[in-house]
Amino acid sequence: MVPLSYYLVLGGILFVCGVLGFLIKRNIITIFMSIELMLNGVNLSFVAFAAHWHALSGQVFVFFVMVVAAAEAAVGLAIIIAVYRTRETLNVDQVNLLKL
Amino acid sequence: MLHLILFLFFGAICVAGAINLLVQSHPINSALSLIAVMASLAAEYLLLGAEFVAAVQVIVYAGAIMVLFVITIMLLNAGKEERSKGSRVAILLGVPGVLIGGVLVAWTLLYRSNLQAVIPIGALRGDPADIARLLFHNFLLPFEVTSVLILIAIMGAVVLASRPHAVARAARKDEG
Repeated sequence: MVPLSYYLVLGGILFVCGVLGFLIKRNIITIFMSIELMLNGVNLSFVAFAAHWHALSGQVFVFFVMVVAAAEAAVGLAIIIAVYRTRETLNVDQVNLLKL
Repeated sequence: MLHLILFLFFGAICVAGAINLLVQSHPINSALSLIAVMASLAAEYLLLGAEFVAAVQVIVYAGAIMVLFVITIMLLNAGKEERSKGSRVAILLGVPGVLIGGVLVAWTLLYRSNLQAVIPIGALRGDPADIARLLFHNFLLPFEVTSVLILIAIMGAVVLASRPHAVARAARKDEG
């Protein structure tokens, strides 16, 4: 028997870890992985609330979040490859010019 | 009791993987710990009864998306990340701020909310049939819109990742 708040706290911890990674990481791929971590934390609270309110639509929304995450990963990684081709670096501190 | 033990076990794996993602300096280690986080999250979904979501979590997240990440890391030959002045400022200011915010949220959820209702194991069965009924009746329009979104994302990824002169050559071939 696990209270709902435990699931929410676990989702919150994952979200906080994602925010922290977004702030302190300097590798653009790791920053991207932190965003995925945040999305996973939100998904967990979606499923927990779906179980709490007995509403299956919460689980359907998880699918939409996954679709958006997949699209974002595909486009984002393509952008990372394009950035790496022109700058030859993955450090976000060195990617500070719009035009080369 | 067993439910709580399983929750805490997989939750501990989740949190350990998330913290390992932050601590590791090589992106491939971060990617592998993210896979551990996603796999144990799938177990948490199973505890909540969302069996289809758990399966999709393993297939889409731990499978497809992470394979994309690992392939990109290998393709770009990403090495250790180097620390810079900006990242030190971010660590000094960001870590305490985010931790204080997280502790506040956790404290509110645990002691100052009316969300203490216990969820029995497998509380809401997420059968594929029920989810499909919901997805293809109530959420039909969002479903179709997301399929268009995925199509656009695929085309965008191909255009962005292909070499610029290859795109130009293809355009010239179209004209000629």
